[in-house]
Amino acid sequence: MRPEGRTPVILKDLLVKNRDAILERWLHLILETYPADTSTLLKQSKDRFLNPVGYTIFKEIEALFDELLEAMNFERLSSSLNNILKIRSVQDFSPSQAIGFTLLLKKAVEEVFGRETQKEQTLEEWLRFYSRIDQMAIKAFDIYMDCREKICEIRVNQARAEREMAFKMMERMNVLKEKT
Amino acid sequence: MAGLSNEVKMPEEQISIDLTPPAKSWMEPAVQFRKGTYCYSAVPKHQKYLDLPYPREWNPAEKDWKLPEHWKEIILKGMKDLLGQYRSLKLFLDICVRCGACADKCHFFIGSGDPKNMPVIRAELLRSVYRRYFTLSGKILRRLAGARELTEEVLKEWFYYFFQCTECRRCSVFCPYGIDTCEITMMGRELLNLVGCNINWIVEPASNCYRTGNHLGVPPHAFKSTLEFALEEVKEITGIKVEAPINRKGAEVLFITPSADYFGNPHWFTFLGYLMLFHEIGLDYTWSAYASEGGNFGLFHSSELAKRLNAKIYAEAKRLGVKWILGGECGHMWRVIHQYMDTYNGPADFLEEPVSPITGTHFDNAKSTKMVHICEFTADLIQNNKLKLDPSRNDKWKVTYHDSCNPSRGIGLFEEPRYILHHVGNHFYDMPENTIKERTFCCGSGAGLGADENMEMRLRGGFPRANAVKYVHEKFGVNLLTCICAIDKATLPPLLEYWVPGVEVAGIHELVGNALVMKGEKERTTNLRGEPLTKFQVTS
Repeated sequence: MRPEGRTPVILKDLLVKNRDAILERWLHLILETYPADTSTLLKQSKDRFLNPVGYTIFKEIEALFDELLEAMNFERLSSSLNNILKIRSVQDFSPSQAIGFTLLLKKAVEEVFGRETQKEQTLEEWLRFYSRIDQMAIKAFDIYMDCREKICEIRVNQARAEREMAFKMMERMNVLKEKT
Repeated sequence: MAGLSNEVKMPEEQISIDLTPPAKSWMEPAVQFRKGTYCYSAVPKHQKYLDLPYPREWNPAEKDWKLPEHWKEIILKGMKDLLGQYRSLKLFLDICVRCGACADKCHFFIGSGDPKNMPVIRAELLRSVYRRYFTLSGKILRRLAGARELTEEVLKEWFYYFFQCTECRRCSVFCPYGIDTCEITMMGRELLNLVGCNINWIVEPASNCYRTGNHLGVPPHAFKSTLEFALEEVKEITGIKVEAPINRKGAEVLFITPSADYFGNPHWFTFLGYLMLFHEIGLDYTWSAYASEGGNFGLFHSSELAKRLNAKIYAEAKRLGVKWILGGECGHMWRVIHQYMDTYNGPADFLEEPVSPITGTHFDNAKSTKMVHICEFTADLIQNNKLKLDPSRNDKWKVTYHDSCNPSRGIGLFEEPRYILHHVGNHFYDMPENTIKERTFCCGSGAGLGADENMEMRLRGGFPRANAVKYVHEKFGVNLLTCICAIDKATLPPLLEYWVPGVEVAGIHELVGNALVMKGEKERTTNLRGEPLTKFQVTS
């Protein structure tokens, strides 16, 4: 029996060895969720200021992948998910499309290894790894909802501020009336 | 018992790629008015007040826009008129070679990933109709020549994307031909206006301004009252009784600023800063309850409306008999003044070339319009050692500066605001070079798009700006984003609340007011926001 909470060594080695290829594929699949002309530009520039969407996604999926193979620290996982989901929750995505990028990791892994290679690992190892991806997806849903609630809150606050400004104006007008 | 069917796709296989616009050609108009990504239509009473054509109740999300019967003829005639009136428009429509230099420069494209937000494609939306009806190749070859029929769907697409451009002109900085896509948007909006398609966040402030002299609709007595409130606050903070003359004939200078300065938050603290500065240097000036607005939402509607709203500034300067005009922290007001006022309502030959009464500096750059930017004015005061400043009063803040689009790209004001900030505070950190000055990223809410119903779109558009703020926030601990635009001051706080919590927004003259050591003032214990100064902070 392997200790609880640790990714099986053999599969982990395989994933670590193929880290770059998997990440490249995962990134490609995520950027493919954008329209064709856009995904080309998102892939081209690595400048964090001129291509913040492409840069953020790449940087954060690296962190997510490493976390999935290591301690699964939820604080770090959430921080990376948050940085990506803040972007995807204001873009033209349905909720499932916005969080679905997490599950695209399964597809990326499958495309890199092919089904044959997978059979060399034990089923348990694969289930554990896929379960970690599922946990990440569930967490992504929580974070997506936080982002959407925040947008709503900001909107309500703005409407409230406008109303307060109108009240302030009425107050100022009445003040003058009282004086005269 | 049968096993689980494998007909059901795995979740990762279900994430289909069916975003807008789909894989078909950009020439097919396809717009979905999704909540949060468009602004509400203009309310008829405000359209009527301004005598705008075809006022009506209509909703962009509904199929029937209740367009006038001959809407197509109206638009095409309007286009013909504009082409005759503006050679720049014809040039911009003809010379683009679609090199793509502008493609990834728009903040809305960067933030949304929608290809029709690439400035080149946004312009093509109009250009394709121009080709179809005004060029020989387009008339004959139609689609082969990139020409499109003008249909209701095309018109809807114009509305969607021309009200998704903040006219910030970042793309034009990178265009090798100097095409100003902002002007394409302006023309697109002019055409939409002809059939009564505009947004309320533009038309209502313009109508208010026409009625009361300012966008917020503040009547003169409330204007006077709010000034009195501000003077009381200044007295509370500094112990000094400050005067603020209104409509005073014969003053040397007329001061014009956006109305948000005297009603909005955090604009209010900048407003206090102006009052303190003018008192301290003994400026012979006046406010106006008639020209009580520096901004000009007419600019986001049509050149005619911009001209009508702008006229009151010169009219009031003439009526009061001032020598020149000083302008406050505003964004598009400066584009109007620098690039249009002289031809709209000039020449202002009844005014004098501005000379600072305190330093004697001649503002040659304002020789024509006779209007000086407050940052130029204050930077000049500091350079000539006319102000006593205590920068430690701003020690609470680690400051960065957002170059508001219009003062930076519109009039080239880069150094003066930074010069002031270096003198009124001890901690200033610029954002990365490719996100400031002439390459600054827009707040994402300018040109009339700051409506709350448009919040999602604004958050997309403001992402590149916020991303650079986040960098200096994480690297240097920056906690204050300064700017010199009233729209920025209103729209950056919600943007930062979403993208970079922990960073607040302020005008430069708020920090000037904090640092300004006034003659006869009591010991200051708080900043203009009423927060204790660092040295008076109680540590627990």
